[in-house]
Amino acid sequence: MISTILIVGGGQAGAQAIDTLRREGFGGRLVLIGDEPELPYQRPPLSKKYLSGEMPADRLVFRHRSFYDEHRIELKLGRQAVRLDAAARQVELADGEKLAYDRLLLCLGAESRRLTCPGAALPGVHYLRALADVAPIQAGFKPQARVVIIGGGYIGLETAATCRKMGCEVTVLEMADRVMNRVVAPSVSQYFAEEHRAHGVTVICDTRVVCLEGRERVEHVVCADGARHAADLVIVGVGAVATTELARAAGLACDNGIVVDEYCRTSDAAIYAAGDCTNHPSLRFGRRVRLESVDNAFEQAKTAALNLLDKPVAHDRVPWFWSDQFDSKLLIVGLSQDHDRQVLRGDPASRSFSVCYLKGRELLAVEAVNHSKDYMAARKLIAERALMHLDKLADSALGLKEAI
Amino acid sequence: MPKVTFTEPGGGRREINAPLGITLMEAARQHGVQGVVAQCGGACVCATCHVYVHPSWLAKLEPREEMEEGTLENAWEPRDNSRLSCQIQVTAELDGLEVTVPLRQQEG
Repeated sequence: MISTILIVGGGQAGAQAIDTLRREGFGGRLVLIGDEPELPYQRPPLSKKYLSGEMPADRLVFRHRSFYDEHRIELKLGRQAVRLDAAARQVELADGEKLAYDRLLLCLGAESRRLTCPGAALPGVHYLRALADVAPIQAGFKPQARVVIIGGGYIGLETAATCRKMGCEVTVLEMADRVMNRVVAPSVSQYFAEEHRAHGVTVICDTRVVCLEGRERVEHVVCADGARHAADLVIVGVGAVATTELARAAGLACDNGIVVDEYCRTSDAAIYAAGDCTNHPSLRFGRRVRLESVDNAFEQAKTAALNLLDKPVAHDRVPWFWSDQFDSKLLIVGLSQDHDRQVLRGDPASRSFSVCYLKGRELLAVEAVNHSKDYMAARKLIAERALMHLDKLADSALGLKEAI
Repeated sequence: MPKVTFTEPGGGRREINAPLGITLMEAARQHGVQGVVAQCGGACVCATCHVYVHPSWLAKLEPREEMEEGTLENAWEPRDNSRLSCQIQVTAELDGLEVTVPLRQQEG
């Protein structure tokens, strides 16, 4: 008999798990523990419309407080879980409160990878992951404020676009030879780098930050080639690492994330995990992955909730991601790593195109720029392991679905 | 505050007060309307806030933009009166709007 379910982590996954558990009829005690003080909220707008001030905080939250009351969810927000005793089935909070569980769901998320070079701890150096990170950045938004962004990935570029819109002078420093090099094709990198430059952002690739300098606060970002970039504000977006400490200390198997199977089960029979913190099998791609994605958090949490209630269902999804930068939308579906062929559909100069990744004729992934049709069609085709007709695929006048 | 009626997948009717200045999807989500999943939170990329708009209201809405068209094409059972509720801004003119939530949403 499951009478108490604890969820640690109040992000996308934790919020979704609550929803599914109650909708599936779980009537027992349901407790959500989150170390942030706010009601569960969506993170994607933090680097975009929330940072720019277009979206107020009450539009970030998934549900208003009345929803939690109505569904009898005990919220323990602004409370950190500091210890997990798997043998005793108990979670201890920082203030000493101990909570017993029958089933535990860990939705611990991920945290920003920190810069470790000299000067990294100077005031004026920011990360962008949580709601509380936003106000200190906004405080630095003054016309012509010089913002240096370290890292040309999703977060770096989305933040660059927003800072530019707010009237700042923005420089993006990327270590690799092109922006978003780990996640997109060269043509897509080039498109977005040009978009940023056209909007007045300085994008510098192939550069390595060696230290940050400043007296009271950060004043310069210094690179290995000797370049010194004057900065009023530095925002670091150099990736994220899974949050696993609670699980690791409790003896759960961890390896670049909390190791779970396709049913979201950890190495302890009473403990499940979902979202960015997990290392899980991708059934479609036949290997283990750790994903930082809204979709994965959402779907894995749903799956975990069902399995928590002994309704066995496997997590079997094609991952997808998106990014909004200026007026362009990047949509990615699938995992491209095993491809042996790339096919470009459309002309980047038209501002709407896509790059297809194939292994033989099998479609593995698509990166679509301002092309929701190709992206949405690809979601189905990739899931179905569709074999594509290569000549038709290159003809962007044909729909993707017509190229099989 | 404009009133909007959602017919939920189970057939139940939910009348909600939709605050001005937010989207129909956000209003639905805040009130926990069944079947409006809104996974992407309004970025127009997931087709999980799909609704059918009562035909008498279609002309009163701003037309679909290209991004919405493309996303809707692969929604679950799109129809002529399909919209993504994240692309509908709540305005005073929409008082009395009636929409139906499909039985399912896109599952990719």
